Amino acid sequence: MTKRALSIDILGMGKRFGAFQALDDVSISVPAGSFHALLGENGAGKSTLVKCLMGFYQPDGGDILLNGKQVTIAAPREARALAIGMVYQHFTLVPSLTGAENLVMARADVPLVVDWAKETKALNDFLDRMPFRVPLDLPLSGLAAGQKQKLEILKQLYLNQRFLILDEPTSVLTPNEATEILGLLRGMTQAGDLTVLMITHKFREVTEFCDGVTVLRRGRKVGGGLVSELTTDAMAKLMIGETQVPKRAERVDHGVTPIMVDLIALYGTGDDGLPAVKELDLKVHEGEILGLAGVSGNGQVELLEILAGQRPLAEGRIFVQGKPFTPKRAEMDLMKVFSLPEEPLKNATAPRMSVAENLAFRSFDKAPLTKARWFLSGKEIRAKAEALIERYNIRTRSPETPMEALSGGNVQRAVLAREISGDVAVLVIANPCFGLDFASVADIRGQLLALRNKGTAILLISEDLDEILELSDRIAVMSEGHITYLAPAGEADRTAIGHAMAGH
Amino acid sequence: MAVRLDRWRTRSEYVVVPLGALLVSALLFSLFLWALGKSPTDFFALIWRGGFGTWFSLQNALLRAAPLILTALCVALPARLGLVIIGGEGALVIGGLACAIVVLPIAGVWPGWAVMLLMALVAALAGGVWIGLIGALRAFRGVNETIAGLLMVYIAIAILNFSVEGPFRDPASQNKPSTFPLPHEAMVGPIPGLEIHWGLIVGALLCVGFYILIDHTTIGFAARVTGGNMRAAKTQGLPVGKLIVGFSMLAGAAAGLAGFFEVAAIHGRANASLAAGYGFTGILVAFLARHNPLAILPVALLFGGIAASGGLIQRRMGLPDATVLLMQGVIFVTLLASETLYGRLPFFRPADQRSTVQ
Repeated sequence: MTKRALSIDILGMGKRFGAFQALDDVSISVPAGSFHALLGENGAGKSTLVKCLMGFYQPDGGDILLNGKQVTIAAPREARALAIGMVYQHFTLVPSLTGAENLVMARADVPLVVDWAKETKALNDFLDRMPFRVPLDLPLSGLAAGQKQKLEILKQLYLNQRFLILDEPTSVLTPNEATEILGLLRGMTQAGDLTVLMITHKFREVTEFCDGVTVLRRGRKVGGGLVSELTTDAMAKLMIGETQVPKRAERVDHGVTPIMVDLIALYGTGDDGLPAVKELDLKVHEGEILGLAGVSGNGQVELLEILAGQRPLAEGRIFVQGKPFTPKRAEMDLMKVFSLPEEPLKNATAPRMSVAENLAFRSFDKAPLTKARWFLSGKEIRAKAEALIERYNIRTRSPETPMEALSGGNVQRAVLAREISGDVAVLVIANPCFGLDFASVADIRGQLLALRNKGTAILLISEDLDEILELSDRIAVMSEGHITYLAPAGEADRTAIGHAMAGH
Repeated sequence: MAVRLDRWRTRSEYVVVPLGALLVSALLFSLFLWALGKSPTDFFALIWRGGFGTWFSLQNALLRAAPLILTALCVALPARLGLVIIGGEGALVIGGLACAIVVLPIAGVWPGWAVMLLMALVAALAGGVWIGLIGALRAFRGVNETIAGLLMVYIAIAILNFSVEGPFRDPASQNKPSTFPLPHEAMVGPIPGLEIHWGLIVGALLCVGFYILIDHTTIGFAARVTGGNMRAAKTQGLPVGKLIVGFSMLAGAAAGLAGFFEVAAIHGRANASLAAGYGFTGILVAFLARHNPLAILPVALLFGGIAASGGLIQRRMGLPDATVLLMQGVIFVTLLASETLYGRLPFFRPADQRSTVQ
């Protein structure tokens, strides 16, 4: 059988937006049947590059060779016709349709009346040839993230795409799901059925699954080659270049500290009306980071929402420093208990309000931002915003810029600045580094450690086990709504955590 | 300097786009008139003459603007919390009916000013409870406020019809069932020297008051955070439910006052004429003003003028009275379509952000 996989060579590609050179003379060679990683920080030009490949943008210069032949890709439709497909970071399938319906409707040639019996048989034949299966008769909304991501990939294969571009495909997956899916794709590339170009931030994925790597920085190719010949350190250095990565705060040994937060037998209901948090007991001490790991969908999000006041507590007691706590503004301010949900632009900001206003969310109703009890001082709001922007290195055009115009890392820095710039007794934070670039991640983790060293009790809910192992003093695992594992970080091991996450 | 210029540039978008929408709808409507064989030039000249051109017509426009200001506030306030409440007509009807009923036992007993004050308070309260109920359904039961508001308009009109045809009917009102007429001393008179009633002044004061409330107070800030992102507002511990109900009540109170002025300054009694569509035109005014209370004033005057010119257009051009309603509809659709332009026109972006970098 001949190789079905395609090769793509990009020669000297450039793309300019106004005065901004997004891509500058970038050349990449992705041989047929290889698994190639595209590394780079946010804004390095990775998205621009793949959008040029997919026909969303027209490059200003350079050539694209497909199997050695020069092609121009003027529109996404043409990329599809050339068998180049893309899997996006966020799901693009229709949640209310079944897997089968999603696949068939994605075709370019859907007939007016679909013969479902015939299509289902064809789909099953297709699945038999695939290395993995997904239930096709259930609505997507009932599937786990990993299943959906598999279906996204199956969709591309079903459409007979033989060059797959993946944009951070594992950011919505658990580590096990990620390993499984990337492993399957690796198998297909090795069999010569497929070529993969993957945008990623995670070095582990590059070293474990990829053959080749290209590193972009500020629109230029700064290095790359065979993964086997590069160390992780070398790749990191290429990615971040000369910029200084902020040094992480040293961990202060507080000794034994008093209990700051005491959660007793919490119960909460999920969006589906079923219990999501069940008899959850947890204590967080002063000056410690308690890392809460778990497969997504085991009640972590609901727990944070309960503590943040977004979701009613069905039953149970919350004590902060021995006093009962209800998540209302007055008590949050008095007891200094603050929360930061994941995806801050969606959950913790008003995207269309200005950066200055967003930075004032915690303090707008207190002096000096308030004068004469009821009135706001625009001057003080601006002054406070300028101080926070300076101190926390938030990159924004001006304090009046709408929040939604900021990059992901700067949004996270801004909301963190807002929540932690005053006294903080307790911080509950979920997936703080989700989707951020290397330098932002280091910066934000450093700030969390500094906060811990000052005595704040931090409950860190994260789906990134590496993050938890790196930051936590104690590690807990949440499964099916309650705590199934709890150990000091020094004694925790991955196998036991993995078992607890899986619910054993 | 450059930064300030950019700020003006980005802000002018909110003026230029609605003005552009007005212009486009005028062009579309001209096409319509032209197809009917009527002269668009005559039409717009008559709107000018009938709505703004003479002292008489301007007063007529201002008279019609007064209820529009109040019903527009009923849309604009909840809109700042992210709610689309278009049931102002219901609050107007209920407010007008309530104050016409409450006057019955005290007419001729209380002094005129006290009757008037009580009527205004009752109308505001009734309208406030009416819209507040919609807000509460939204905040605590998750009921879609747009649909609930719209359906409650029909309930309000049904209550009005039931009341004026049944228990509160003045037997003397043969052709048009109405409540008993207000005593003369309880009628709201015109502003001295004008033929316009005090509703205009009250509306203007409320616009200024609500502008200050929303843009310059802590409560208004909390409301804007809620409108900007309800989830974020909850994480900040803000009392989202209370804010929604409170602002809905303020909004309903404004529409209820519109009902009060319709009863106490125009009709002298409550009857089916209360449901004259001011609540619906108010939606249009609020959207064109982009829910900014200060911008509601000029926009309400514009629509007051258009409405005032309806009669003149009917007489001079041989077009039906409803022609101006048709034009309002064209304006509304164009306006909604223009919403999609925000953020897409490079002219309004700061000079160094005009590329399409993702």
